[in-house]
Amino acid sequence: MKDGIRIKVGELKSQFGIVKGLELSIGEIIEEKWEEALGPTPFPSIADLREWDLKILERYKPFYMPFCDLCCLCTMGKCDLTGDKRGACGIDMAGQQSRIVLLACCIGAATHTSHARHLLEHLISKYGRAYPLDVGGLSVEVEAPITRLVCGIRPETLGDLEAVLDYVEEQIVHLLSATHTGQEGAYKDFESKVFHAGMIDHLAMEVADIAQISALGLPKAEPNPPLIEIGLGVVDQAKPVILVVGHNVPPAADIMDYMEELGLQDGIELCGICCTAHDLARYNPKAKIIGPISWQLRFIRSGVPDVIVIDEQCIRSDALVEAMKVKAPLIATSEKDCQGLPDRTRDPPDEVVRDLVEGNTPGVLILDPRKVGEVAVKTALKVAPKRMKFKAIPDVEELIEGAKRCRRCDDCRRSCPNDLDIPSAMARAAQGDVEGLAWLLDQCIGCARCERTCPVGLPIHSFMVKAAEKEIKEERYKIRAGRGAIQDVEIRNVGSPIVLGEIPGVIAFVGCANYPRGGVEVAEMADEFAMRRYIVTATGCAAMSMAMYKDEGGKTIYEKYPGGFDAGGVSNVGSCISNAHIAGAAIKIASIFAKRRLRANYEEIADYILNRVGAVGVAWGAMSQKAASIASGFWRLGIPVIVGPHGSKYRRMLLGRMEDEESWKVYDARTGDKVYVGPTPEHLFYAAETKDEAMVTIAKLCMRPNDTPRGRAIKLTHYIDLHRRLYGVMPDDVYLYVRTKADIPITIKDEVLRLLEEKGWRETVIPDPTLLPRLIRVQKG
Amino acid sequence: MRQFEPWQIAEVPGPKKALLIPKPDVAAALLKRSRRPLMIVGSEAVEELAADEPVLEYLIQISTAGGIPMAATMGAAGRLIGRGVKLAGYMPAMEIAERLRDGSWRGFDGEGPYDLAVFVGLPYYMGWLILSGLKHFAKGLITMSLDRFYQPHATWSLPNIPRDEWRKTVKALAEALEEG
Ligand code: SF4
Ligand code: SF4
Ligand code: SF4
Repeated sequence: MKDGIRIKVGELKSQFGIVKGLELSIGEIIEEKWEEALGPTPFPSIADLREWDLKILERYKPFYMPFCDLCCLCTMGKCDLTGDKRGACGIDMAGQQSRIVLLACCIGAATHTSHARHLLEHLISKYGRAYPLDVGGLSVEVEAPITRLVCGIRPETLGDLEAVLDYVEEQIVHLLSATHTGQEGAYKDFESKVFHAGMIDHLAMEVADIAQISALGLPKAEPNPPLIEIGLGVVDQAKPVILVVGHNVPPAADIMDYMEELGLQDGIELCGICCTAHDLARYNPKAKIIGPISWQLRFIRSGVPDVIVIDEQCIRSDALVEAMKVKAPLIATSEKDCQGLPDRTRDPPDEVVRDLVEGNTPGVLILDPRKVGEVAVKTALKVAPKRMKFKAIPDVEELIEGAKRCRRCDDCRRSCPNDLDIPSAMARAAQGDVEGLAWLLDQCIGCARCERTCPVGLPIHSFMVKAAEKEIKEERYKIRAGRGAIQDVEIRNVGSPIVLGEIPGVIAFVGCANYPRGGVEVAEMADEFAMRRYIVTATGCAAMSMAMYKDEGGKTIYEKYPGGFDAGGVSNVGSCISNAHIAGAAIKIASIFAKRRLRANYEEIADYILNRVGAVGVAWGAMSQKAASIASGFWRLGIPVIVGPHGSKYRRMLLGRMEDEESWKVYDARTGDKVYVGPTPEHLFYAAETKDEAMVTIAKLCMRPNDTPRGRAIKLTHYIDLHRRLYGVMPDDVYLYVRTKADIPITIKDEVLRLLEEKGWRETVIPDPTLLPRLIRVQKG
Repeated sequence: MRQFEPWQIAEVPGPKKALLIPKPDVAAALLKRSRRPLMIVGSEAVEELAADEPVLEYLIQISTAGGIPMAATMGAAGRLIGRGVKLAGYMPAMEIAERLRDGSWRGFDGEGPYDLAVFVGLPYYMGWLILSGLKHFAKGLITMSLDRFYQPHATWSLPNIPRDEWRKTVKALAEALEEG
């Protein structure tokens, strides 16, 4: 069956238009029931959307910032690629940098795909291939917008998703092969492949999330899912505590089920870090969330978890070393992260439990989620009384004595990604004042690089955790459980105001926790835009960080704003793989609200989104290769992404040039004329230096050529208002965004008119914008 | 710590490393020799405003005395404008960098491309990457870092120096330019 699909797809590409072939091959299960005509690019190969990619790359040009002058990928190297030099294989620096970006995106896409495959196999073995997909009952008709758009099929069962993953895996192999020495060399083609990797990644994320939503009963497009407890202080330390870390929820779900089977749901605390925590809380709201990825060390070292269960992705590679420090047994559950542990999958659970409890082994590998459930629960019950919450955090006296040994050598600071002034805080601590260290913890990403470099071996991160102990204990917040997909009816309600610009934008806070100045900045940004009645959505670590601050009234952002996909709503969509629903929402605006054909019609839908849907992704703490591939999936769809300053380490931006008028011309689909629409949106990928800069730019990047005058006036009001508040002056580029006088916000009309006059502004028309000549309705000539 | 090692220990650049500005006079001579210099001030220079002796004052002096227009990144612009500093322009750091890379950019004033770009106050790693982008892709552009950390991807950089010494260095540079 899988092979059959592959062959047929090949045939389809070479004989576009012979739709019958596809319907016969893939159709047995799915196709006959989907009336919609097949679009031009079902299951696109790595070059099928190249024309679209090159079009957007013409406008948003890569700016490369190499990490170093060298390439060291093959044995002809190392090669010095400085300036105009080429490597022994002939590659130049732009080619090399774009190759690295592609590698990162292939890693990201492969990671989600492997996760999706693993999850799907597990769910199929448990529930069967015929298990129906259901992501929102009658509220969600378009269950898999990305799959429908990219593949041109409409999956109905878990089994149908296998065909999607077959395609995804094949594409990743082709993409990865292009990075081999002596293959692709042109930076533009690497970049086109980067977009392809991103699109493929979004497919994988969609498969994974709709499979688990359907089979595990996670919230189904629920605007008001339950509030979950989050924070280091939410765990009842009197009970045995099991901590789950990672992204693949089945082992954690089976722990929860086993606890319930034994009636122990109130006798054991089950909590999580990173996306497994999100998905576990979606599975059962009794689960507790500790926090984002950067909370791993502080929580493990606190000694609170009695058993640590890791699955896959974003787990510290030294998880076992850290677990051993606090005498907490570790259970690895994924082939992708075995931590060097013995495979005990086939051993009787009680034997494994005995070995863990007696300390015969510091951890085990168990590749059967059900068995993980049993072993984790039994071990936690037995080990908790023995461990007595043994912790790896020093007491205050030890801290002060340690600080006295500090040589002020600066090595810790020079190793710290955030350049935190640890030596000064140590000097204060040596005097008995630990506040400086406590304060640093807020900006610390918990990487422990400082400790590894300290010549006198001070456990610096642990010192900070001790210094901030009081605050940590009070860390108790509320987050809404991940809601999953966006309902069709929500899309219908907001489609028109978004496309016309009257809802000023959709802002998605996504990605990891590599923040330059702590997670509070994400919370502040989200609050600002929710207050301004943008649609605010979030996933992953960003969704958690947003929850971890309270307003003066003691409310977190999720308690303050409703959870719908609506103006002024703040929704937690879910884990990283739930990012698919954010892309899906943009796609559904084109298909459900605007009734554009969806099926295998990628270019047209992306063109629609780029020109009409004012959505912006913000990955303030992006660090991973997955974040890179998620972002690139958004770029191909025409959605700009802003990253925090650390995101400059992705080594390449995609920047528009506001003054380059030619690049801001689109076709007017009504007349075929080329019309200047201003730099909307100005950039596709860009790292902001500060939170203030990001906020102003978010407002700016929400503008789209299709905004109505009323919509543009609203968007300009927010842009100008934020610019004035944060910079104290009017932005000097307002004239680029005013097409007719009706675009000018009424309250500042005179001031703006004066500015326009100074700049020699001329009125332009508002077209029916498109970059695709084939969408021009009246062909000229 | 050696003065001309990268400030962030792991940020090792490759074969082409910045020349060290051994003393302020050398920087002054380089700036005087430039036909079209530009100074780009980032967010961290603005944070120095809180210091007793704000480096920013010296940077303004350098800009005025040396005839070096001062531009700001978006991360710095607000505070500078609020303080009444006359800026040649302001943009996100990434946008300025991308334009500096492009030899056909006519500059903030439209008078033609810059031949020397002085950077100060970007977060170290952002400065690192931007200077690398310019080193590899901006033909004919000389870059100079006036931060208190060695920036190996610049053409010229100050060494790693303590804050006090840095303030003195920047002050001495301003004075050298004022002396003409
Ligand atoms: S891949 Fe090319 S540039 Fe890289 S080390 Fe090999 S020959 Fe040199
Ligand atoms: S653990 Fe914190 S303080 Fe230490 S290097 Fe990492 S971010 Fe810096
Ligand atoms: S590395 Fe250790 S000894 Fe050196 S300044 Fe930091 S804490 Fe002190």
